[in-house]
Amino acid sequence: MKFIDEYRRSDLAHTLAEKIAAMTDKRLKIMEVCGGHTHAIFKYGIEDLLPLNIEMIHGPGCPVCVIPLGRVDDAISIALQTDVIFTTFGDAMRVPGSKTSLLDAKAAGADVRMVYSPLDALRIAKKNPDRHTVFLALGFETTAPSTAMTVLQADKEGVENFSVFCNHITIVPALKAMLDSPDLKLDGFLGPGHVSTVIGLRPYQFVARDYGKPVAVSGFEPLDVLQSVYMVVKQIVEGRAEIENQYGRAVSPDGNRKALEVLFEVFEPRDFFEWRGLGSIAHSGMKLRGKYARFDAELKFSIPGLRVADPKACQCGEILKGVKKPWECKVFGTACTPETPIGSCMVSSEGACAAYYNFGRLSKVAERHGAQAGV
Amino acid sequence: MKQFATSPLFERVERARRRKPKIKDTHITLAHGSGGKAMHELIEGLFLEYLRNPLLEKLEDQAVFEIASNHARPRLAFTTDSYVVDPIFFPGGDIGSLAVHGTVNDLAMSGARPLYLSAGFIIEEGFPIADLKRILSSMREAALEAGVEVVTGDTKVVQRGSADKLFINTAGIGVIEHAGHISASRAEAGDKVILSGAIGDHGTTIMIARGELELETEIESDTAPLNSLVREMLDEADSIAGVRAIHCLRDPTRGGVATTLNEIALASEVCIQIYEDSIPVRREVRGACEILGLDPLYVANEGKLIAIVADEIAQPMVMRMKENVNGRDTCIIGEVKIEPPGIVAMQTGFGGARIVDMLVGEQLPRIC
Repeated sequence: MKFIDEYRRSDLAHTLAEKIAAMTDKRLKIMEVCGGHTHAIFKYGIEDLLPLNIEMIHGPGCPVCVIPLGRVDDAISIALQTDVIFTTFGDAMRVPGSKTSLLDAKAAGADVRMVYSPLDALRIAKKNPDRHTVFLALGFETTAPSTAMTVLQADKEGVENFSVFCNHITIVPALKAMLDSPDLKLDGFLGPGHVSTVIGLRPYQFVARDYGKPVAVSGFEPLDVLQSVYMVVKQIVEGRAEIENQYGRAVSPDGNRKALEVLFEVFEPRDFFEWRGLGSIAHSGMKLRGKYARFDAELKFSIPGLRVADPKACQCGEILKGVKKPWECKVFGTACTPETPIGSCMVSSEGACAAYYNFGRLSKVAERHGAQAGV
Repeated sequence: MKQFATSPLFERVERARRRKPKIKDTHITLAHGSGGKAMHELIEGLFLEYLRNPLLEKLEDQAVFEIASNHARPRLAFTTDSYVVDPIFFPGGDIGSLAVHGTVNDLAMSGARPLYLSAGFIIEEGFPIADLKRILSSMREAALEAGVEVVTGDTKVVQRGSADKLFINTAGIGVIEHAGHISASRAEAGDKVILSGAIGDHGTTIMIARGELELETEIESDTAPLNSLVREMLDEADSIAGVRAIHCLRDPTRGGVATTLNEIALASEVCIQIYEDSIPVRREVRGACEILGLDPLYVANEGKLIAIVADEIAQPMVMRMKENVNGRDTCIIGEVKIEPPGIVAMQTGFGGARIVDMLVGEQLPRIC
C-alpha cells in the first residue's frame, strides 16, 4: 500500500537498528509516552530489532487505560438511565468499572452504541429526537478537537438532546508527573505524534530545558518509531537535549492553530483530574466551558461521581508509570487477561499489558526482561 | 525463520490460558458470538457441559459418524449454521447465498461430498416478498453451483421487532467417500500451512456495506462454495501420498485466519508459525482495515480455506489448488513446529516476531 509500505521496510529497519547498536553500549531507558507507539512496538516486533542495552518503557499515553474506575461507573450510570442512547469508541466498551462494564450494561438493556466519531453521535441524536444521546468523550488533544467541533455543531444547529460526558485529558501535565516521579530514571522520550499535530512542539520544551532530557516526536509506523529511537539515542550520545521532530510530515512546530482555537473555545482546564494509577494531576483534564454547559452530561445527569480505589491486586499504576513491567503484576495473564481484564492496561490494544499479552509473550524481549527481572 | 522461545515467565500465562473454559458472565454479550475466546468459553463451558457426547466434544465444524447397514458402513458428515448477517444484501452475495455456502463449506472441511440441505427461515413481519424472492433465487443458484439440494425447510414469522428482517438456518448432510481422517487435531511438526487466497474480503465488505463509515470501495465478499476445491485436493493427495496426507481443513470464517490457526494449534498441541509477508491481503482490504483499525488476520472470510498438509504434498497441492477458480491465489503461509505448543507465532514483515492470539471480544458483529 502506497505511503504505508515505505514505512514498514525491513531492510531499512535492519540498517537503522545496526546504526543504533553502533552508537552506544550504555544502558538507556527511553519512554514512549503514547499508547499508539506501544501498540506499534509490539505489533511489528520492534523491540526484537533493538540492541539489548536499550529498553523501551511504556508510558501513560493510552486514554482508555488511564480512565479511573469511578468515571467508568459514572458512564455506566448515565447509560442505564431511561431514554438515553450512550455512544462511545469501541475499546471503551470493555473497560471494567468497579463492578461492570459498558458492554455488560448493554447486555442488561442499556442502549450503548459504538461510534467512530463524535459527529456520528450527534447524527444519532438528530435521528432520535425523543431520546437523549450522550457521547463518552475520551482521549488527549488528538480526539478533543473533534469533540469540540461536535459541540460547536450541536450549538449551531440547536440540537438539545445531545451531551458529552467529557473525560478529555492533556498529555503535558502527565509528562511532568512522570519526570517528577522519583522511581523513574528515564533517559529520553518518544513524543506523541498525533497529539503534537494539534499542540505542536513548544509544550515539550520544558522537558529539555528543565529536565535535560531529549525528546523526538514520533510517527506511528514502525520505521518512524525506530528512527525516533535513533534520534533520541544520538542526542544522548552527543550530549544534547532538544525537542526534535521525526514526524515532520504531520507535525508542524506550531501545531494546528485552528484546532487549538476550537479547543480553547469549548474547553477549559479542570483544577484536578484523576488518572488511573497516577492519582490526581493538576490541570490535566478538560471540561466544557460554562457557555456550553447545556451539552455537559455531568450537569445534565446526576452521577455518583465517587472515587473508587483500584483493585488491590491490580498494578496498573506502576505499569502506567513504567516502574513495573506487565508480568511483574501478580495477576498478569492469570486473573487479568484481555477477555477478563481487571486493570485497564489489559483492555485497550494500546495498553502495555494487552500488548505484552497479545503480541509480546514470545519475543526475545520477554527473555531479556526475564533475565533482568531475575525470574 | 528466527527461533521462537518461551520464557519461564510466560508458563503461568500458558497454564491460565489452558484452564478449562468456564463461563463466568451472567448475561450473553455480543462478544459471545464473535468467534473468539468468549464464544469458546460459551461453547465449551456451557453448551458442551449440558449436551456432551463423543461426537460433539470434538468441536469440529461438523460431526462425522458411521451408519451401520447390511453391506457397508458409510461415513456421513452433518452440520448446521444460522445466518443473521446485516445487511442481508451486500456486494458479492446475500444472506441466501451465504446460508448455502457456509453450510456446504462446513461439510466440505471434513472432505465430505455435500448432498442435502435444510433451510429454516425466521422472518420479521413486514419483510418484503420481493426481497425474499431475490434471496431464494440466490439460494437456488448457490445450491446449483455447489451440487446440493434444499430438501426440507421450515418457516416462522415473528412480530415486528422480534427478529431483524430475516434470519436463516441451514443444516447439511454429506457423505465421506475417502479413507482419510481430516481433523483440527492432526497437525504435525513439519506440516505446511496452505491458505487458498486473500483474506478479510467478507468481513470488510460487510462492515463497509453497513454504510456507517462512508467509505466507498470495490471490495466484494468472497462467499463461495469450496467443495469442488476440496474434491480436487483429495484427488491430488490421493495421487501422491494418499488422502491421509491432508491433516486439517478449516474455513476461517468468524475470528478469521488467526482464530482458526489457534484452534488448530491448541487441538493438535503444536506451534504454528506464519510469515506475515506471505499472507495475501487485497490492497483495498488492507486500506479499509488500516482505516478501521482492524487486523485482517481476524477478519472473516466465507470462501477461503486453510489446509495443513504433509510437507511432501504441499507444493503440488498448491499448484493443483491454483487451478480451481476458488483457489487461484493459494499459497503457503507457514509451517508447523513442535515448540511452543498451542501457540501461533508470526514473523512480521518488519523483521520482528510476535504472537497471534485468538480474538478477544467482538471485532465486527453480525457478519454471517
